Amino acid sequence: MTSIEKLKVRNALLQSIRAFFYSAGFIEVETPIRMKIPCMELHIDAEPSGNYWLRTSPELYHKKLLAQGAQKIFEIGKCFRQGERGDRHHPEYTLLEWYRAGGDYNSMQDDMVRLLLSVGIFGRPEIFTVSEVYEKFADWNPVDEFDADRFDFDMVEKIEPNLPKDVPVILKDYPSECCALARLKPCNPKIAERWELYLGGIEIANAYSELTDPVEQRTRFEKWGAQRKALGKTVYPLDEEFIQCLEQMPSSGGCALGIDRLLMALTGAKSLDDILLFRD
Amino acid sequence: MYDVSELKKGLKIEIDGAPCIVTDFQFSKPGKGQAIYRCKLKNLSTGSTFEKSYRSGDKVDKANLESRTFTFSYHNGDDFIFSDNDTFEEIHLTAEQLGNNQYFVVEEMEVDILFHGEKALDITLPNFIEKIIVSTEPGARGNTASSNVQKPARIDNGYEIHVPLFINEGDLVRIDTRNGEYADRISKKI
Repeated sequence: MTSIEKLKVRNALLQSIRAFFYSAGFIEVETPIRMKIPCMELHIDAEPSGNYWLRTSPELYHKKLLAQGAQKIFEIGKCFRQGERGDRHHPEYTLLEWYRAGGDYNSMQDDMVRLLLSVGIFGRPEIFTVSEVYEKFADWNPVDEFDADRFDFDMVEKIEPNLPKDVPVILKDYPSECCALARLKPCNPKIAERWELYLGGIEIANAYSELTDPVEQRTRFEKWGAQRKALGKTVYPLDEEFIQCLEQMPSSGGCALGIDRLLMALTGAKSLDDILLFRD
Repeated sequence: MYDVSELKKGLKIEIDGAPCIVTDFQFSKPGKGQAIYRCKLKNLSTGSTFEKSYRSGDKVDKANLESRTFTFSYHNGDDFIFSDNDTFEEIHLTAEQLGNNQYFVVEEMEVDILFHGEKALDITLPNFIEKIIVSTEPGARGNTASSNVQKPARIDNGYEIHVPLFINEGDLVRIDTRNGEYADRISKKI
């Protein structure tokens, strides 16, 4: 695509996405890109910016808004992740994130299906549990007994290459060890209420029933902090304001979607080189 | 040592003592998981290809490879003798090691030979060589200017290439040594 074609296809997608959320009664929000404390996750590294950090996602601020009474919010903006570079990664990328107070990962799935239709991706998603695909393609069940290395390597080598490419695919119900900021299933705490959307075999979006338990959240941050320290990674301070806000936050569903990768799926591009206007 | 984050297409690394070249490279990071570097590799010694994945923080050895310039001296049957431009040391390569290049080396030609330790792995000739066509059928009438249709032809050592129909015996042509194919005509038979 020429630069002008890239601009046009991106603009058309952003218009469709905004039209979808406005018509569904969502409010578009803007939250800080420079953060005093980035979200602590084991394998996501924030880019420093002076005494601040560039956001790796707007998640923490959106949850603070939900705690203050926001109901349905979305944001489209740049996020940054250190060291992520490849055909499907760029350290600076555009993320769509939306939240629904009172929702959970199932209501986010309904939103996702409607959003896909509104941007011209037809065909109902095929839905698989993580247990199902690991048993089928890798001969083990990570929910029964988890092995982080094996889980990641098999995901890349055995699971993702075998997912259907001609229809949207949703992988759901991750092992609790892959919970990130998702709530565990009340009836089965070995499973995190989380799903991921794949289009053409490419991971596009990630959704949770959001964790709203401040005690559990603190435990997770502390655990990831200790693991990051052991790996020699920067350990971010605990965001006490965020942990406190969870006490006021209603049960919610949230979803993050990579706009650049969605453009890859829509245009059949093999690399972000064909999507991004400026790539360093 | 390289850190896996330095891996890229074309990089030469050593795995279990074998020199390998990265032929394809994919950075992956499955949702919330660790970074995984998927490589397609070719063993430079055996030519076999395979895949290998690394996680972030892994280290890989640099391949102990060295390229030296030699001059082709002569061949004796299947034995091809080259001399090192710096040390004049002689090296023997077999016709099998040379592959199609056995038809393209000429006396006094400078070539680059890639070594892994003492073992010659690969030879690089100048991209183009000039050869006289010693035998080919005359082209059919009416097709003399077309280069789309080709016919077989032979050079002095019997190597067969496909040339456009307008090429005749005695013409001097250029051959691309990288693919062994006809490139263009230098001059007609005088």
